[in-house]
Amino acid sequence: MNGPLEYSLDVQIPLVDYLVLDDGPYLQANECQNCGARFFGRRNACAQCGGREFNSVRVSDTGTLRTFSIVYRAAPSIPTPYVSAIVQTDDGTSVRSNLINVEPDPAKITLGMKVKLDTYIVGTDDDGQEAVAFGYAPA
Amino acid sequence: MAQDIWVLGTHMTAFGRYPDQDAVDLASTAALGALDDGGVTISDMDLLACGTLFQANAGMGQQVQKQIGQTGIPVYNVSNACATGATALRTVIMAIRAGEADMGLAIGVEQMGKMGLLAGGARKEKNVYEPSGRFGAVMPIDGILGTDTMPGVFAQAGMEYANDNDGVGFEQFAKVAQKNHAHSTLNPLAQYQKEFSLEEVMGSPMQSYPNTLLMCCPTGDGAAACVLVGEERFASLSREQQSRAVKISASVLTTDPYVESGAMQPDVNTLTRNAAQAAYEQAGVGPEDLSLVELHDCFATAELIHYDNLGLCEPGGAGDFIDRGAPWRDGETPVNVSGGLISKGHPIGATGVANVYEVTTHLRGEAGDRQVEGANVGLAHVIGLGSSCGVHILEKSGIG
Repeated sequence: MNGPLEYSLDVQIPLVDYLVLDDGPYLQANECQNCGARFFGRRNACAQCGGREFNSVRVSDTGTLRTFSIVYRAAPSIPTPYVSAIVQTDDGTSVRSNLINVEPDPAKITLGMKVKLDTYIVGTDDDGQEAVAFGYAPA
Repeated sequence: MAQDIWVLGTHMTAFGRYPDQDAVDLASTAALGALDDGGVTISDMDLLACGTLFQANAGMGQQVQKQIGQTGIPVYNVSNACATGATALRTVIMAIRAGEADMGLAIGVEQMGKMGLLAGGARKEKNVYEPSGRFGAVMPIDGILGTDTMPGVFAQAGMEYANDNDGVGFEQFAKVAQKNHAHSTLNPLAQYQKEFSLEEVMGSPMQSYPNTLLMCCPTGDGAAACVLVGEERFASLSREQQSRAVKISASVLTTDPYVESGAMQPDVNTLTRNAAQAAYEQAGVGPEDLSLVELHDCFATAELIHYDNLGLCEPGGAGDFIDRGAPWRDGETPVNVSGGLISKGHPIGATGVANVYEVTTHLRGEAGDRQVEGANVGLAHVIGLGSSCGVHILEKSGIG
């Protein structure tokens, strides 16, 4: 007789590879060794200076709300409304994500408000592996 | 100095829905209309540039030739997001300036049907999460890490401007759409020709705050075309042809230079500012000289920020510019008297040619009920996300 399914202990995976869960969570950027421009995701070269060498750097967890939109209309499987945001972190890096833990109401969202990185489980696959997403919540 | 280029003939189909025609029909109608308007034939054309986005690999230019004349001239099929039509124009202009052509035909066409929302993919859950793509994502990130949808991206561009400047909010953005809907009632070629009150604009279903449904351009079908001629050949044309021709005094295409936030939020400002500055220098005119402007109001939030990007208002003053009625047809600088993308429609590949049609028609004094009186200089602007920006400045011929 078979016992219950055994799950791997390693049951969480980041939504994107620039979200670091170990010792985190935090966002990791590729920083150009020549000019300091920061990018998320894999790079071929620097869009600002053409430099080809990058360092991995930890991005500040806190920042301010640079702009937002409350999205009501999206592809059918995407829950709405949600708040799309661009955050400028305290170390000057722009990040795109949702604004979370806030009502999707323009009266409750203030441009320039302080925000802080947070994570949550966004889905679970058939192996029981949980995908961890990030967002910014009012600080 | 490169030779001057003139718009000799131009035509556009009404924008709207054409379930009984295909893109080849629409493009052929526009092309034949432009040839007739210029008093020339396909045999006079040295090259053809054809812009379309969603059928970019269809050989659209050659398909049009099969309908209107297979003369063996080179065809350039171009696609450059919402700047596709402007890129087709630029292709003909560059060929004439390079001395490879005396006269050419630029066509922009799109058949979109009711495509609905552009960009922002459906989320399909995978059975097993595996990182893929440039960001190692385990599922589509639209709606989780912000928005990919066009109403949302341009909403954010507008709200960023509101963050940086006083006196800009939901109401100012809504006033832009109110104006363009009102303008469209005078344009028989517009997809929609219905006026709405400010309350109706603000109260229509919210798509992406602050853009309501009436603040978003529709999808649709349509085509526009221009016959362009260089000054050497122009000199040999009839007086009547010359007097209706409109001079292209600036033609510029730019892309978005690096800015820190550009990978997260497309920067639609810098490339527009760069294009406008270069165009004003080429033409030797300033924004204060413009009789009318057709700019890329894909969303109301976009139009407002382009008042500033094109230098139509004081820096930071776009909110006051709309509040005081400056861009209305009878205002300081009429903007989108055609109804703009919001109400005239936005069949993507056609847009960057159709706005040159609109400006040309006013400079000729042939715009009927919507004519801007005494128009002598006009500017046409498009921006395609990704990004590309096209700016053309046109001037009345002065040959009478």
